[in-house]
Amino acid sequence: MSALLALFLAAAGFIFWQGFGAEAAFGWMLLSAAIPWLFVLNMIPPMIWMERKGCAYIQDRVGPERAFIPGLGLRMAGLIHNLADVVKLVTKEELLPKHVNRTFYVAAPMLSMAVALLVGAVVPFCHELRFSDGFVFRAQALDLNVGLLWFLSMSSIGVYSVALAGWSSNNKYGQLGGLRASASMISYETVLGLSVATAFLVHGSTSLNDMVSGQYGTFLEVLPRWGICTMPVGFVLYMIAALAETNRSPFDLAEAESELVAGFHTEYGAFKFALFFMAEYVSIVVQSLIIVTIFLGGWQPLPWNLLHHDWLVEPANAALVLRWLLGATALGAGAFGLWCLKWHRTNRLRWKDSRKNEGIVLAMMLGFGPALAALLAVLLWGGPTSADGGVFTAAVVEFSALAGKTLFLCWVFVWIRWTVPRFRYDQLMHLAWKLLIPLGLVNLIGTAVLVKTGVI
Amino acid sequence: MHDALFWFCASIAVGGALLAMLRREPLKCALSLIASFVALAGLYFLLKSPFPAVLQILLYAGAIMVLIVFVIMFLNDESGAPGKGDISRGGLVLAVLILVPLGWILIRAIWNADLPMMPAAPEDFGTVPAMGEKLFTTWLYPFEVLSLLLLAAMAGAVLLAKKRLD
Repeated sequence: MSALLALFLAAAGFIFWQGFGAEAAFGWMLLSAAIPWLFVLNMIPPMIWMERKGCAYIQDRVGPERAFIPGLGLRMAGLIHNLADVVKLVTKEELLPKHVNRTFYVAAPMLSMAVALLVGAVVPFCHELRFSDGFVFRAQALDLNVGLLWFLSMSSIGVYSVALAGWSSNNKYGQLGGLRASASMISYETVLGLSVATAFLVHGSTSLNDMVSGQYGTFLEVLPRWGICTMPVGFVLYMIAALAETNRSPFDLAEAESELVAGFHTEYGAFKFALFFMAEYVSIVVQSLIIVTIFLGGWQPLPWNLLHHDWLVEPANAALVLRWLLGATALGAGAFGLWCLKWHRTNRLRWKDSRKNEGIVLAMMLGFGPALAALLAVLLWGGPTSADGGVFTAAVVEFSALAGKTLFLCWVFVWIRWTVPRFRYDQLMHLAWKLLIPLGLVNLIGTAVLVKTGVI
Repeated sequence: MHDALFWFCASIAVGGALLAMLRREPLKCALSLIASFVALAGLYFLLKSPFPAVLQILLYAGAIMVLIVFVIMFLNDESGAPGKGDISRGGLVLAVLILVPLGWILIRAIWNADLPMMPAAPEDFGTVPAMGEKLFTTWLYPFEVLSLLLLAAMAGAVLLAKKRLD
C-alpha cells in the first residue's frame, strides 16, 4: 500500500518535473499502473465501514463507534475501527495448523488478492488525456482491445483461491465451502458471460474504452444510451451474477456460517484471513467499476450528451464547471460543519472523556476547512485557462463521476447483503441453470435481433 | 526484455507440463497444468495475439481446469494415484518401443526443418474481428463440424450419467 503510494507520488513528481507533456511519458506510465490499484485498495476501509454501519442502520442499531485514538478523541463515526482491526490482525499470531497442505494453504489467500487486483487493470478511469503537444495518456493500466474478456478470464482464475483454500485446509467444513464456491462460480460465470455478450453486441467492441464512448447520445429518442437502458435484462443478470461471483449474500453459500462454521476460511486466521476479507471487498469494488463501465456510462458525468467530453475539455467550459463544483463543495462541507457543531451541542454532556470534543474536531477538519479552501479557490482562482488545464479538469470531473457511481454500487452490494436472506444450495443451482442461463440466451438472441434491425 | 519474457513463460509452460506428468497427487498435477496453460497464454501475448491469450486463460485455465479440479476435490481419492511399483515391466518396454522411434522422428524433423522468415503480422492480427472473420468465412465448415462433435459429446455425457442415476 505505502509502496504504491510512493510509486504514485514519484510518478506525479516526475511528471511535474518534466512538465506534463510527452517528456514525462515514463512518469505517466508509472501513474497509469498505480491508479487502479491505489483506487481499489483505498476503497477497502470505506467499504468495511459502509458494510458495518449500513448493516447496523438496516438492523436499527448504532453500529461500531467505540474505538478512538487516545488523546485526540476522534472516533470518526466508527472509521477508527478499521485502524483497530488492522492493528489486531497484524499483531496476531500467524498460525499454521499441522494438518493443512502448507504450500496451497499459504498460496490461496495470496492468489485471491492478486487476482482481485489484476481484474481492475482494464478499467478506464477517465477519457484519455490529449495534451496540446500531442501526447496521449490513458488512465488505464492495461489498454487491451479484449478488455472485458481479460476481466472474465481473470475472474475465472479467482475460483481457484477459494477452492484451494477449502481443499488445503483438510477440514470438512472448509472442503464443503470450497466445493460449493467452485460449483456456484462455474454456474454464474456462464450467466456473466451471456450478459456481457449482449454488451459486445450492442457496442460492437470488446474494448472498455469503446464501450464507454459508445454510451453517449440517446436511445429510442428519449432514453440515455447507457447500457442499463439498452440492455436492462443484461444489467439485472449481471448484477445477480456479480453477487454470486463475489461470494456475497444471498449467494454466500461458501461461507454459510449457520451450516459450515466459516466455510472455506474456517482454518484461516490473522493476516491470511484478512487477505481473504480484503480480496472480497476489492472484488466488490472491481465488479462495481465494471458494472459502471458497461451499464452506467463509465466515466461520463451525466447521461445523454450533457457534459460531453468534447465540450468539457474547452478551458472556458471547464472553468465554468469547476467553479460550480467548487461552490457546491463549499456549501456541502459548510453545511456538514454546521451539522457537526449542532450534534456536538446536543451530545457534549453524554460522555465524560475526550470523545466529547469530536463534534468540534470533525466540524473543523471535514466541514469548515474544506469549505473555506473551496471558497477561496472559487474566489481567487478563475479556473484553467490553457488547453492542458481544460484536459486536466475534464479528467478530474470524469474520475469523480466514476468514483461516485462506483461508491453507489458498492452501497447497493451492502444493501442487498443485509436485506435478502441466503438461498439454499439447490435453489442457487436451480436459479442459475434453469432460470438465468435460459433467460440469458433468450436475451442474447433478442438483443442480436434488435441490433440487426437497428433499434439499438 | 522480449527474450527474457519468452524464456520465463516458456520454462513455466514446459515445467508445468512436466510436473503434471510426474507428480503423484492428482490435484498437484492439475495445478501444474493450470500454471502451464497460463504461461502459454503469456506466450500468446508475446506473439501479439491478445484474443487467443485471453481465451486460453478463460477456457483452458479457467473453465476446463476448474471442472477437473472440482472432480478431483469431489472424489478426493488418493488411493487411485499410481504408487512406485505400479508400472509393469512389459508396459515399460512397450512404451520405450513406441516412443523412441516417434521421438527420433520428431527431433529429426525439428532439426532439419527449414524455417523461413515469416512476414510481419498484419495490424489486426489476433484481434476479435480478425479472428471472428476467419472463423466464420474460411474455417466455417470445420468450426460447425467441431460444434456438432462437442454437442454429441455433451449429449453422450448426459446419457451416461442418466443411466447410472437410474
